[in-house]
Amino acid sequence: MTEEIIIAGFGGQGVLSMGKILAYSGIMHDQEVSWMPSYGPEMRGGTANVTVILSDERISSPVLTVFDTAIILNQQSMDKFEKSVRPGGILIYDPNGITHHPSRKDINIYQIEGAQVAAEMGNTKIFNMVILGAYMKLKPIVQLEYVIKGLKKSLPERYHKLIPLNEDAINMGMKHIKPYYLMN
Amino acid sequence: MGELKLMKGNEAMAEAAIRAGADAYFGYPITPQSEVIEYLMAEKPFERTGMVVLQAESEVAAINMVYGAGGSGKRVMTSSSSPGVSLKQEGLSYIAGSEIPCLYANVVRGGPGLGTIQPSQADYFQSVKGGGHGDYKQIVLAPASVQEMADFVKLGFDLAFKYRIAVLILSDGVIGQMMEKVELFDQVPRMTDAEIKEKYPWATTGKAKGTERRIITSLDLDSLKMEKHNHHLQAKYKLITENEVRFELIGCEDAEYVFVAYGSSARIAQKSMQLARKKGIKVGLLRLITLFPFPTKQIQTLCDQGIKGFLAVEMSAGQMVEDVQLSVNGRAKVAHYGRFGGIVHSPEEVELALEQILIGG
Repeated sequence: MTEEIIIAGFGGQGVLSMGKILAYSGIMHDQEVSWMPSYGPEMRGGTANVTVILSDERISSPVLTVFDTAIILNQQSMDKFEKSVRPGGILIYDPNGITHHPSRKDINIYQIEGAQVAAEMGNTKIFNMVILGAYMKLKPIVQLEYVIKGLKKSLPERYHKLIPLNEDAINMGMKHIKPYYLMN
Repeated sequence: MGELKLMKGNEAMAEAAIRAGADAYFGYPITPQSEVIEYLMAEKPFERTGMVVLQAESEVAAINMVYGAGGSGKRVMTSSSSPGVSLKQEGLSYIAGSEIPCLYANVVRGGPGLGTIQPSQADYFQSVKGGGHGDYKQIVLAPASVQEMADFVKLGFDLAFKYRIAVLILSDGVIGQMMEKVELFDQVPRMTDAEIKEKYPWATTGKAKGTERRIITSLDLDSLKMEKHNHHLQAKYKLITENEVRFELIGCEDAEYVFVAYGSSARIAQKSMQLARKKGIKVGLLRLITLFPFPTKQIQTLCDQGIKGFLAVEMSAGQMVEDVQLSVNGRAKVAHYGRFGGIVHSPEEVELALEQILIGG
């Protein structure tokens, strides 16, 4: 079992840290993991993306151009990565700020109003955890208990008090994800 | 089992330096390698093990600090990325001439010149053919995972002191920046001054009364002596060639074709191998772990096995491919494929190159 994911959006949306939490959860799950970020000036204010691979086997290439799942959080990333989803794969996106919605008919497409849900929860910083929750609803490859364990491992102790809030955000993401286009 | 962590390649290398009992790190920041010095500064090994971490005023200063500390028998390391490593070449030539053991890493980015900060493997010639002046070699280790970024620090120090030679960890932006699971080895204690004095009779540890002066130098104006010194160096490189070749064979048992690659390109080629095998093409992978010494004999064994062709996959315009050609020596087809200038080839592109350039070309 191998899951190849691209998460793409603006720098500052928590794209890289969401990927990191996924990778940590994979380790808690005894999986092989790789996390390959875009790096350099494009991250600062521009687009940021990260490729995460979770697998039961040794991972070959950490660099990919085709993905099982794409999580897309801005228009530039939609333009770049909609075509990179493997036929039969999944595209999850936040419609906030999207002007050209995805149009492929050979993949399953879901929407999550991540920015809106996070704002309603009163903390826009948990946006990425809402998105993560939406993903986890569709791909139970990563289970909540491992994500919490992963958070405990990746966050400094002084932030552990925020873990319940992150858990709530994940649950809200699971609740609010909705299909946009489903293949027959 | 050691401690399991999720780390960037650069961070794993830095942590491994502390754990390998390094006495000092001298460096200067440059993307995509800056996490090495950032990690060390944040981790404060001077409090953990007494290891010195210093940001030098330049790459040139850093390599000459390595010369000084290494000459006194200390386990010392520096790291940089391509433009910075070019600056270090004079020092590395002196280190080769003076036979100073040391470890350095190049997290390669695209060139020439300042180039780009994105990954590349275009520093192969500089690394294995001698980037500085004179007849010299250095041991070049090519990690293909975060685990190897850590493990090769310990191995590198061991080889450096075994042969009194510079060992280069030749990485790139992919391996340096990516995070993977890494099992860290346990702390190796730093050597005491007394242990260094006893173990390394060449090291400049301070002259005691009644003992001979120890001189670390690359200079000898008597050319006959210098020729003799060069013969000694060449004998050492021959010994290394005989004893230290490292590689990994993947799926070569039934192969008709073989990818030859190192570092991130080896990881990518492994995926290309899976794609090609799904199409029924029998292809294997020879992953180089040491670039010097080069696994010439292994390539000849593959020729004996009846391999029809080798595709050298590297993020350069074609450098390592020359050593593959020399090893194959006309017995099979050899071709090169690679994107460069900061572009990383995809597994699909490499698989296509196998079909079109090697098999069909």
